Amino acid sequence: MRRRRARTGTLLAAAALLAGLLGTGGSAAGAGGPRGEALVHAAAAAPRNAVQGENCDTGTSLPPRQQVGARIQEIRKRGYLIVGVDQSAYNWGYRDSQTGRIEGFDIDLARAVARSILGDPDKVRLKTVATADRVKLLQAQPQTVDLIARAMTITCDRLAQISFSAPYFRVSQRVVAPKAAHARSVAEALGGKRVCAALNSSSHNELKADPHGAASVVTPDNQLDCLVLMELGEADATLSDSSLAAAMVAQDQTMELAGESFLPTYMGVGMNKNDTDLVGWVNQVLVDWRNSGAWQASYDRWLRPGMGDPGPYRPW
Amino acid sequence: MAAQTQGGVRAPSPTRAPEPVPDPGADGRLPVGRPSGPLARLRSASRTPPGRLRTALAGLVALALLFGVTAAWQSAQRSAAARQLASRSEPLSQDAAEIYRSLADADATAAAGFLMASAEPPEVRKRYQDDLATAARLIPQAAARSGASADAQRQLAVLGEQLPRYAGLVETARAINREGLPLGGAYLRYASNYLQTSVLPNAQRIADGEAAALDGDYDAAAAVPWAALVLGVLLLGALGRQQVLLFRRTNRVFNPGLLTATAAVLAALAWTAVGTVSAGTDLHRARTQGIDPLRDLNRVRVEALQAHTAENLDLVSRGATEAFKERWDALARTLTASARDTGSVAGLLAAPPERARQQLADARRWFDEWQQRHAEAARLDAEGRYEETLSKTLAPGRDDTAEAAFNAAGQQWAQAGRAEQAAFDAAAGGVDGTLAVQAAATALLAALAVGGTVRGLGRRLAEYR
Repeated sequence: MRRRRARTGTLLAAAALLAGLLGTGGSAAGAGGPRGEALVHAAAAAPRNAVQGENCDTGTSLPPRQQVGARIQEIRKRGYLIVGVDQSAYNWGYRDSQTGRIEGFDIDLARAVARSILGDPDKVRLKTVATADRVKLLQAQPQTVDLIARAMTITCDRLAQISFSAPYFRVSQRVVAPKAAHARSVAEALGGKRVCAALNSSSHNELKADPHGAASVVTPDNQLDCLVLMELGEADATLSDSSLAAAMVAQDQTMELAGESFLPTYMGVGMNKNDTDLVGWVNQVLVDWRNSGAWQASYDRWLRPGMGDPGPYRPW
Repeated sequence: MAAQTQGGVRAPSPTRAPEPVPDPGADGRLPVGRPSGPLARLRSASRTPPGRLRTALAGLVALALLFGVTAAWQSAQRSAAARQLASRSEPLSQDAAEIYRSLADADATAAAGFLMASAEPPEVRKRYQDDLATAARLIPQAAARSGASADAQRQLAVLGEQLPRYAGLVETARAINREGLPLGGAYLRYASNYLQTSVLPNAQRIADGEAAALDGDYDAAAAVPWAALVLGVLLLGALGRQQVLLFRRTNRVFNPGLLTATAAVLAALAWTAVGTVSAGTDLHRARTQGIDPLRDLNRVRVEALQAHTAENLDLVSRGATEAFKERWDALARTLTASARDTGSVAGLLAAPPERARQQLADARRWFDEWQQRHAEAARLDAEGRYEETLSKTLAPGRDDTAEAAFNAAGQQWAQAGRAEQAAFDAAAGGVDGTLAVQAAATALLAALAVGGTVRGLGRRLAEYR
């Protein structure tokens, strides 16, 4: 049943994508409208990037449509959008200590949503949230954030509790290790080593399921703590999402992404399950973001220096 | 007459009184078998009146000497402990507490400077450097004091090695932060964690060890010289009894020598008793106005510093870890607890030392203000207004921030600490001198008692020649 639905979604997504490419997707009350509750599979157009689902489809979301519902009304009444972000993920969502502003790829996306709903990219209030609080904050009543743009991977567990936008980035697990270690594969980079991963991250879960030969595993609260531990010689390698792995390498030129990437997943914008109007709206923003070249521009500004060619990271 | 009354009061009941040496066989009748040896010779010698007198003389002189030596020695011991308390263990104990507080202050200040980044005012930087300099200066100073135990010496040496490592981590964090990289915040977290989990516990052990040594000196200085008091009373009784015996045998009311000895022993006893009470009162005041409030104050100051660190590091690390928010909550709970709970700000005012009452009351007001401003900042934070949260928490040159209120409370606490220190010095300062004089005086009076006894009984003995 789920599989068939996903396949339908794939076809619809291809149609939506085509519509987007033809320039019709950007209009208000957009392409997904007439199709009602049909699902969109954003990855359909690029099978080489397909993510292996666990037992759900992490690439699907509501169709893009800009229709004003309860949540959008509330945001417009309030006059600003509240977005949960990170302030320590370099180039994704981080506070520039010179300007004091939070900036990065995820922040560009948050501002694009604010401009779309309120006509001004600055009508946004960025609220730093902890990794562990993300799902809880979206479910809490009264809801203190509208959406969360914080390098959040779409998982089946989370899909059961909150809604996600269509994927806007494709990540996988990567190993960060000192260049001096000359590791050519994941097995080489982790085998017999003291491996670090952020507590309760997907990387931590992966190491619990398969230690990849690690001699020991240390789990601080944040993946940046892992970089400190490696610099101080208290850990040999770090396993992390490729997004944050790239952020680590960007801050320390003596580190590199070692070996192959594995376990591909999607990143999406997290929202409350009831805010279907917002989910559809954000999906439309994502279509516009991609088509206008803004996704590419943000990638070039923040991520290309550390991650290179965007090919492996495009979710479509 | 006075002497007789005195003697009569102290001596056992007259019916059993006449024998100065408690020897049942010496009561006029001859025992059947005559044992030989020095003890027997003594026994036979004491059977004659001059023999009894000689025995009494020897016993009284021995008892007087024993009393004099014991009383003087005990007073001298207590004088030495009081001197140690005032001049060595107390400063050492304060050094250990100061090392701890300087390091905790460095931690809080480093986090504040980090948050201000390029806007960090020079005085914040200076405060951090002064903290480290204070710790670096006090560590060898504490180690050099002869009172530091081998354990303390070892821990101080480790502390001396940990300090540069901590400073290096903080400088790395600052340098990275100035490049605009979030990695700087992670370094600062690591540095703070290193300080909290490795350096401060070590400093705490030193402070605890020194506090225990201080308590030991205090107990020694305040000890009641029971041995001297009991010996003195025994000696008085023996002297009185001897005078009663002499009165019965010679019908002379006064024996000037024994009377002098009795007066001397009475004076020595009175001096010891009054001196003990006086030293005890002073030491008690040193404890209630100095040692105890200083310890409570130190504890509260350190808790407040750690809460301040958590407050700042939470702003540095939000999104990365919730650990600092939790730490703030825990410390704020302790600090704002009721006056009955140890470590609460209210507890400092439960029975404040007179000299520090005003400062402690002012500090309390600033502390409440700090908590209020923190709550206000937390409310702004909950609304996602980071910039306003930050400027409500700390901003260079502004006095309406949480940081400014914390600093004002800290200054009042520091003044209260100095006042309590002064109260301690005033109370404990003269005790060693008083006890030293007491030692000399009791020794002299005991010598006088020996002289009086020899003279008094010597006269009686001479009558048998």
